[in-house]
Amino acid sequence: MSALLEVRDLATEFPGKQEPTRVVDGVSLDLDRGEVLALVGESGSGKSMTALSLLRLVPKPGRVSAGQVKLDGQDLLGLSVTEMRRIRGGRISMIFQEPTTCLNPVVRVGVQVMEAIALHETVTPADARARTRELFAEVGIPDPDARLDAYPHELSGGLKQRVMIAMALSTRPEILIADEPTTALDVTVQAQILSLLRALQRDRNTAILLITHDLGIVNELADRVAVMYAGRLVEVAARRDLLADPLHPYTKGLLRSIPARSQAGERLPEIPGVVPPPDQWPRGCRFSTRCAERFEPCAEIFPQEIRPGVGRRVWCHEVERSRTAVGNEGDREGETS
Amino acid sequence: MSAQAKPLLRVAGLRTWYPIRQGLMRRTTGWVQAATDVSFEIGQGETLALVGESGCGKTTVGRSILRLESPQEGEIFFEGEDLLELGPEAMRAARQRLQIIFQDPMASLDPRMRIREQIAEGMKSFDIGVDENDRRDRVASLMERVQLDPNSMDRYPHEFSGGQRQRICIVRALAVEPRLIVCDESVSALDVSIQAQILNLLRDLQDELGLSYLFITHDLSVVRYLSHEVAVMYLGKIVEQGPTSRIFESPAHPYTQALLAAIPSLDPDRRGGAPPVLGDVPSPSDPPSGCHFHTRCDAAMDRCREEAPRLFELAQGRSRCFLAEESD
Repeated sequence: MSALLEVRDLATEFPGKQEPTRVVDGVSLDLDRGEVLALVGESGSGKSMTALSLLRLVPKPGRVSAGQVKLDGQDLLGLSVTEMRRIRGGRISMIFQEPTTCLNPVVRVGVQVMEAIALHETVTPADARARTRELFAEVGIPDPDARLDAYPHELSGGLKQRVMIAMALSTRPEILIADEPTTALDVTVQAQILSLLRALQRDRNTAILLITHDLGIVNELADRVAVMYAGRLVEVAARRDLLADPLHPYTKGLLRSIPARSQAGERLPEIPGVVPPPDQWPRGCRFSTRCAERFEPCAEIFPQEIRPGVGRRVWCHEVERSRTAVGNEGDREGETS
Repeated sequence: MSAQAKPLLRVAGLRTWYPIRQGLMRRTTGWVQAATDVSFEIGQGETLALVGESGCGKTTVGRSILRLESPQEGEIFFEGEDLLELGPEAMRAARQRLQIIFQDPMASLDPRMRIREQIAEGMKSFDIGVDENDRRDRVASLMERVQLDPNSMDRYPHEFSGGQRQRICIVRALAVEPRLIVCDESVSALDVSIQAQILNLLRDLQDELGLSYLFITHDLSVVRYLSHEVAVMYLGKIVEQGPTSRIFESPAHPYTQALLAAIPSLDPDRRGGAPPVLGDVPSPSDPPSGCHFHTRCDAAMDRCREEAPRLFELAQGRSRCFLAEESD
């Protein structure tokens, strides 16, 4: 059975000084119905740009330059502007980091959700209001009747994010793209929103594409994880495999550098250096400038995809070499499957 | 910290409230109770972390110490003198020993000034370095110390990455040879791999120079790595205080417990826990009666709604909760 959303060899580029810069390069991902896939990376990794590319919302002068994005077999990149508008906020919804900037400050929040409903279907105002009230209750807004008539500034950050989630759910989307949905929230409120997203995914079987820099949130919510670095995927794995047994040197370094994982008094293991700007990305593996395990081919040749296990993909010469050295023939077969 | 040594900084009974002015006559109609009855000490070479969620008053406390805010009550003894009693000239002199590093380096650096000039500016105003050449040498060696290329000292802030800019802010603070640095969410905006570099740097500098830090943050995982002592704030008051290991291993106050439980786990075998507290932080302009946390506390008793608890002594540290009354 094919996945609900299939992304194949997606590339997004911006005009550069000489040649265009590919900020998303060769990304292939599947998202199944009801699944939570986390797209993880640091700033400049291309994780948000990947999400915007799926929805064809790449800011100009950027553009999706290659690849396919198939929703139930239908290529979104080939749709007309009107058709795409129906998909956005319809079958695929999105919530963002900063709810304040997404809500109109001079319109009551209930009205904003009702408008979103009316945009995608024909409803009477009374029905839209009743639906909005139900949604507010579902996303855990206390006293939903009163809150329908509140203005955004009268609500706390946590409540505003709940309103955004209610709005995103109003058209019963099959996919919710959540871009750093809790980054602007306090940690106790974050825990509430994570719990809410988990319940929605379970009760409505909504697939979630979760974009985050926080591996703790990945652990709390995701089924599978895709790690990005400088526009490229470096590793894709089930949540447990990735956290318990990371294979790519970047994933390993990222996990080690989290202060919560180290013992008090120990020195934090660092990843040296910084992500190079796009015009200085190496021809080979983009992490090679900071990688402690690099050897001859890394800077020059881009590593091929290796499949070291079921549902697992990694792009690394060192992982490939160590696996070849073990001489496990079964793996070789796995690569072509 | 040891009981004998005199603390570098001692804050006692600090209160900083902001007036809410309304109407044509701008009459004061209420107060944002940003910080009330805040007391703590920081020893030489030590780090106190002031943690809490938004609106808890942690930033107000940091700014009050530098007199960037005007506290109504309290004492701030730094190197033996009460900063709140100092005149403008004496306060200016004290600021040499008292620096601050903010969250967003881009907002605290002047975009139109070369970084060498920005770093040397403080030196110049405190008469550090004999001449321009000497100061240039000092800038170079400081930059080298924080792993910045001294050859880039004549560049502008926008030519650096976020992590490098925060290193520039650190250099600028170090340039005037401070004793205490207030770090206000100084690593919060950085990517985790860069954050680790800056945390290691801050710790190395502390070891080498005997610096003290007041480390203000909302991120408890960072706290564990860097601080000796932790003070947890909620709606303007310190609710719990103690050595870092004790706070993390056996938090006493229900709010501290909730805060720790709310941190997403990195253990693949542990996830999906229920949220430890419900609701949002109430407004500091109209905090709940009694214990400010009672509206969100599972352990709240009738008494908590009416009576504000004081800080009770624990075996290690203090807790502002009636549950700690017996151990007092």
